This record gives sequence, C-alpha cells and structure tokens, in this order.
Amino acid sequence: MLLGKVIGTVVSTQVYKGLEGVPMLLVQPLAKDGAEKGSPVVCADGTRMAGPGELVYYEGGREAAMTLNPWFVPVDHAIIGIVDGVQAPQWKGGPA
Amino acid sequence: MIIGKVIGNIHSTINHPFYDGKKLLVVERMETDGKAAAGYLVAVDRAGAGAGETVLVLDEGNGARQVLESADGPVRSVIVGVVDEINES
Repeated sequence: MLLGKVIGTVVSTQVYKGLEGVPMLLVQPLAKDGAEKGSPVVCADGTRMAGPGELVYYEGGREAAMTLNPWFVPVDHAIIGIVDGVQAPQWKGGPA
Repeated sequence: MIIGKVIGNIHSTINHPFYDGKKLLVVERMETDGKAAAGYLVAVDRAGAGAGETVLVLDEGNGARQVLESADGPVRSVIVGVVDEINES
C-alpha cells in the first residue's frame, strides 16, 4: 500500500457492471516524506467515506478490486482507509 | 520478499473491515548494505516490528492472505520477519 492525497472526484454514469455506485476519486501519490510524487491515479473508494483533501492509503493491482463487493470488477487502485495520523520522523505531509 | 526499514506507523479509524485492529507500518525500501533505497510501502505487521528495525516484507497478495488467514482480504504487503543481520558475500 502507498499513501496518497485525495485531490478530486471522478463521476461516471456509464460503467462496467459491478461498478455502479462505486465512488471514484483522484488520488495524488505521496513519497515517504509526504511530498507529491508521480501522476494522480483514479482509485475506487473502498471505504466509501473518503473525500477531497484527505490523506488515504490505497492498494494497487488485483488486491484493489478485493475491497469491493462484488470483487470481480475491473479496478486496479482502491482506497483502503483514511489516515488519521502518520508518525514518522521524515514525514512532512501532515495528518490530513 | 524485500528488505526494508520501519520508518514509522500510521493510524486509521475509517478503513476496510479487514484492516480493523491490524497494525500498519511505513517501511522504507533498503539496499542490502543498509542504505535507503527509493520507494516505500505501507505493510501489515505480523512480526512485532517497531520503528527503526530492519524487516522482511512479503509483497505478494496470495501469500499475504495466507499469512493473515483470510481468503478475500484486500492485502498485499505483510511484515513477516525482523532481520537480525544480513551477510553478503
């Protein structure tokens, strides 16, 4: 899993079956010090509670789809949880 | 598996139910000589690791689910050992 910051939402009404109603969020990946790193990715929101501005952790690959029900859906990144705080000396990204 | 160094922990109250009560650590990738490598990952701890320790991280989903005894947990990275020493010849 990696840490990321939610920077926006993606709205789609015509989706593959199984993805109806699944929130899609734009997530900016963060480096280990909290700096932005790489291009934003679209994540399915497995918590269904994340929103713009929040710090989250997300999983990529096959495991991403397993956050959802049904799980056999075409998803490659999904938010697993919302971060309340990071305790790491080199972290400068803030708690949320 | 990869070798890494625990650089911190994260806490979270809103998460996928599979992660309820699981300890999450931030692990920096590490070269075998102890230098920090590029990249990091957030992993579930199953070895009782703590900040500053060198750890062995399994970064593969099916093995991770086996370790965590779950058939459908959305998990890939698990700390499966604390490294005492690395001997490179």
